[in-house]
Amino acid sequence: MTEQTHEIRLHVNGVPHTATVPARRLLSDCLRHDLGLTGTHVGCEHGVCGACTVRLDGLPVRSCLMFAVSAQGHEITTVEGMAAPDGTPHPVQRAFRECHGLQCGFCTPGFLAVVAAFLEENPDPTEEQAREAVGGNLCRCTGYQNIVRSVLRAAELAREHPGAEPPGAGAAAEGGRA
Amino acid sequence: MEFLSPATWEEALAAKSARPDAVPIMGGTDVMVELNFDRRRPAALLDLTRVPELREWAPDGDRLRLGAGVPYAVIVDRLADRAPALALASRAVASPQIRNRGSVGGNLGGASPAGDAHPPLLATDAVVELASVRGVRRVPAREFYLGPRRTARSDDELIAAVLLPAPAGPQQFAKIGTRNAMVIAVASFALALDAGRRSAGTGIGSAGPTPLRAPEAEEFLAAEFDWAGGRPPSPAVAQEFGALVAAAARPIDDVRGSAAYRRHALSVLARRTLGWAAADYRREMAACG
Amino acid sequence: MTTPTPRTPVPVHSPREAPSPVHSPREAPPSPASSTPGGVGSSPRRPDGTLKVTGEFAYSSDMWMDDMLWGATLRSPHPHARIRGIDVTGAVRMPGVHAVLTHEDVPGEKRYGLEYRDQPVLAFGKVRYRGEPVAIVAADHPETARRALDRVRVDYEVLEPVSDPVRAAFDPDCPLVHEAGEDLPPAHPAHHRSGNRVRYQPVRTGAFADGATAAEVRALADVVVTGEYQVGMQDQAFLGPESGLAVPAEDGGVDLHIATQWLHVDQSQIAPCLGLPPEKVRLTLAGVGGAFGAREDMSMQVHACMLALRTGRPVKIVYNREESFHGHVHRHPARLRYEHGATRDGRLVYATAEIVLDGGAYASTTAAVVGVASSLGLGPYEIPHARVDAYGVYTTNPPCGAMRGFGAVQACFCYESQLDRLAAELGLHPVELRIRNAMSEGSRTATGQRVDMPLPMADMLRRAREMPMPPERAAAGPVDVRALPGGVANTSRGEGVRRGVGYGVGLKNLCFSEGFDDYSTARVRLEVVGGEPAVQVHTAAAEVGQGLVTIKGQIARTELGVERVTVLPSDTRVGSAGSSSASRQSYMTGGAVRAACLAVRARVFELVRAAGLVGDDHPDELLGLAGGKVVSGARGVLVSLADLLGASAVEETREFRHRATEMLDPTTGQGASHTQFGMCVHRAVVDVDVDLGLVKVVALDAVQDVGRVLHPQQLAGQIQGGSAQGLGLALMEEIQVSGSVIRNPSFTDYLIPTILDVPPMRIEVLEHPDPHAPYGLRGAGEPPTLSSTPAIVAAVRAATGRPLSRIPVRPEDIVGIERD
Repeated sequence: MTEQTHEIRLHVNGVPHTATVPARRLLSDCLRHDLGLTGTHVGCEHGVCGACTVRLDGLPVRSCLMFAVSAQGHEITTVEGMAAPDGTPHPVQRAFRECHGLQCGFCTPGFLAVVAAFLEENPDPTEEQAREAVGGNLCRCTGYQNIVRSVLRAAELAREHPGAEPPGAGAAAEGGRA
Repeated sequence: MEFLSPATWEEALAAKSARPDAVPIMGGTDVMVELNFDRRRPAALLDLTRVPELREWAPDGDRLRLGAGVPYAVIVDRLADRAPALALASRAVASPQIRNRGSVGGNLGGASPAGDAHPPLLATDAVVELASVRGVRRVPAREFYLGPRRTARSDDELIAAVLLPAPAGPQQFAKIGTRNAMVIAVASFALALDAGRRSAGTGIGSAGPTPLRAPEAEEFLAAEFDWAGGRPPSPAVAQEFGALVAAAARPIDDVRGSAAYRRHALSVLARRTLGWAAADYRREMAACG
Repeated sequence: MTTPTPRTPVPVHSPREAPSPVHSPREAPPSPASSTPGGVGSSPRRPDGTLKVTGEFAYSSDMWMDDMLWGATLRSPHPHARIRGIDVTGAVRMPGVHAVLTHEDVPGEKRYGLEYRDQPVLAFGKVRYRGEPVAIVAADHPETARRALDRVRVDYEVLEPVSDPVRAAFDPDCPLVHEAGEDLPPAHPAHHRSGNRVRYQPVRTGAFADGATAAEVRALADVVVTGEYQVGMQDQAFLGPESGLAVPAEDGGVDLHIATQWLHVDQSQIAPCLGLPPEKVRLTLAGVGGAFGAREDMSMQVHACMLALRTGRPVKIVYNREESFHGHVHRHPARLRYEHGATRDGRLVYATAEIVLDGGAYASTTAAVVGVASSLGLGPYEIPHARVDAYGVYTTNPPCGAMRGFGAVQACFCYESQLDRLAAELGLHPVELRIRNAMSEGSRTATGQRVDMPLPMADMLRRAREMPMPPERAAAGPVDVRALPGGVANTSRGEGVRRGVGYGVGLKNLCFSEGFDDYSTARVRLEVVGGEPAVQVHTAAAEVGQGLVTIKGQIARTELGVERVTVLPSDTRVGSAGSSSASRQSYMTGGAVRAACLAVRARVFELVRAAGLVGDDHPDELLGLAGGKVVSGARGVLVSLADLLGASAVEETREFRHRATEMLDPTTGQGASHTQFGMCVHRAVVDVDVDLGLVKVVALDAVQDVGRVLHPQQLAGQIQGGSAQGLGLALMEEIQVSGSVIRNPSFTDYLIPTILDVPPMRIEVLEHPDPHAPYGLRGAGEPPTLSSTPAIVAAVRAATGRPLSRIPVRPEDIVGIERD
């Protein structure tokens, strides 16, 4: 392949990386193949299943619907970067493990990214809100019941240890001047 | 594949002028699917995510000028009162993650008849702002969709914004999908009442080669609606309105649903949204009166 | 050469209890009382849980070696065509391409198959389904491999597809998918294979066994209901697409890291195709992103190995989602005809069923699916006169095989629909009619098999009926559209919405049936590590998400009284564990681990005697292992395992078999073909927008008897997950096939339930132990998938009054618009 390549700098989980990629390299493929961060999973390549969800400046996005080159200048957080610097798992990670919120676990990293962002905005959600928050992620194993429990449990854990939560990255950059 | 990543709107327009075959990409939620499925191998991509102007919104006379790249999530959270039908449609778009990235500009660029934003734009008589190095022109949404995935946009133009008239009455949007979240419309319908002009606007999605209006239904409703009092439409009026909307559709059978069901569903959605709009109308009158 | 992403043994230390979601009215005393934390009956955390929430768990698609090549598969664009020629020269010449292989390059056997070897490794002569592999490529980049596929020229003579399974079953003039003269192995003589039929299995009891006609038997009944039903093609839709990494070895063999359900059956199919002895084809289980039956058949296993052996480089193949839809078998779609007759007071007199299962292009497990559909085709009801005719056929449609529920799902939808129709005719509550005809322990199935284990069906039905109902929809006040059909898509504020309630019961065979020599193997090692006793458990069983990896550790803790248990990665260095299917692994591999643990215990007790700690005549029954010590009932702690074992280890390997089963008689269908029966009862509550045909499931509650709960939390996960898959089949999931071509091979248009489609579930678990099974347990994964579908459809019928004889139920069906 003699395709034109781009030297890109990505900031992933607080660490700067460089990679040389063609323009069409998806962010998901770049994370997995170029940076070796295989915790981000690809389940459908068309933005439906949500397994590839990562956080871009704090907002959950589908990394299979984004080019790596477009992710330059943004802070990307993957499942590998959720734990505290000392290795303490994120409350959402703890809750999914504790509540059996996973079986095969393929969808889990996507759920974790969505739920972590959601709880930063809604630290004390109702069950209904918890369900709606993960409406964009498919799980084929669990029937979702334990995922709902995990979201509510994660909120509890985060409230018990407010310091354990990484600082909220806030909303995406918007140019709104309404 | 070439990748163009302009940082300003001027650069973006220049790039599009130099490479009219470049496919603009904003949230990527539509274009990327085509690329990933290898249905499309464009020679160049024009990444617009770094152009700040596209994410802005501001009043423009009586209208709201909504940058083409404002994500659906922002429309839902911030603009529900200024663009009610569009906000309802935005809320029904795919998933939270897609709503964080996807935008009206992407819907207009792709011009899939299933795009959720189209029916509200048609119903509210929104205007699409197109720009190129040659200048800016404004095309009513009602003249924008020309054919299957074909629009009034020229190859060297970019979609800059949509202009949304200030709501002059109730607006509704409803969409059929066979699952309760993350689903592409089997059929969708938007209705906007304009109390000042005493007119009605409609928009139909996923039931024709392009997003459609139902002009006869609009005329019928303008004539039959109780603009003075907002009385609930009689069953006969509601029935006829639904029938006219269904008749305006040009659906096909596909994996998502049959043509007959789409027509049927549109007639139901038209009746129901009319009922809700009439109730809103009465409420607004009471509030003002 | 570097090794693939390492898969370290998963430690199962310091289990911590999690709250149990299972309400469990325990009705039997627990078998062996375990005081070891994290043992059988508790809910220790799954040992792979930490890796799965940190992203470190290595799925098959995550395997990586620096010098690896990428494989890609050229698939037939036609469902049925003769191959006139294949020209690979364009692809071979491409820079970056290392190998382009066709059927001519298959070193050994040209065909493989799970039960019947009829599937070409790479097509030759004909292609029989759209998407059939024709050529494979290895290149240094996946994109290069895909481009190379475009340069392979295949000359096809397109043939008419054989798309109609009913015609394939009954029309002697229907073209043959597998033509006479093909060099296929002989079919099982009892399968009545002929024409396009893979298997025909009749079942006859009562007057039907004596040759009575339907008309004669019909005269015995006061009320007769008939129905014709259709079941669409369901996809397992696991989230982690097929993938594997093959690494050539210095001995001329190959090491394959693969996501599969059964390592050894893959090995036994791969080795002959490669022309290698089995010991040169070594498999290690890579992380499995869900299975549900779809990984029982092979996908790219042989292809990856062929490319690795040809290029001398590791080769990785990963399917994308669209390819995955073509790359694995699906649930058999079915056409079914039923007739039930009953007395006025609601006693079933007779039932007949004709079941046609579309097996698609290759046999896969079709014959076994027919065995289940025929033997369980009339469900868990006492019926004096029964007649079932089940057919599995070849067509040029996508191949079908195993999916959770395996032949029992299709029939369950129909017999439960029939019972509801009958109840309506008789003016009986559907639960009451079911109770009047319910099987119980001691009943005989339609195949004459005595149910020699508890089957508290009537009690389960009563419990389901008595469960609290969800609150009624508020008649007035503000409307939350999220609670209504359509949700935020804003289609109703209550207009047209009606509520319905429905019930479903399903009977599923658990473990393998029909005389299959089914076994599992476990190796258990007890030794002292760092001054503490530690256990290693090694099996080849596939952890596919269900949590077997947790169960194995629990059993070892319970049987050996040792907390520290390590479950080794599953591979072919130990004997076969059989398949992670048929709800069988807790029973079979659980049974094998237990047997190996008991053998280790016996060895430990020998050491105790040899050390003179007890007399030679001290019976084993008085000895026990607890808290890392050997104890005697009479004398308390005798010795710690650390002191007893010192530097030596005790290791035992055991095979575990369930009791033997029989083939069904080819003429009467009689025979004790099943190992164990499982049952789940569902009650569904739905809100239906009857004008738009949209459905919101409000509640989906279940009662299931599992014999013995091993892990309450994981059990709930199985029931909830199975119920959700049944919901999908009821309302939305269908691979739409026309002209033998899949029209919706994507998650955009193949819809699986989201969290907003799946309601809260109340689960009641009963524990009536099966005396034949380890711990009295019953496999739990499949029964909920049977019963949730008919319960939901019954609820939609109750809300709409529509007959709804086809699943998935489409909006068109609910509003009464013809489709197709």
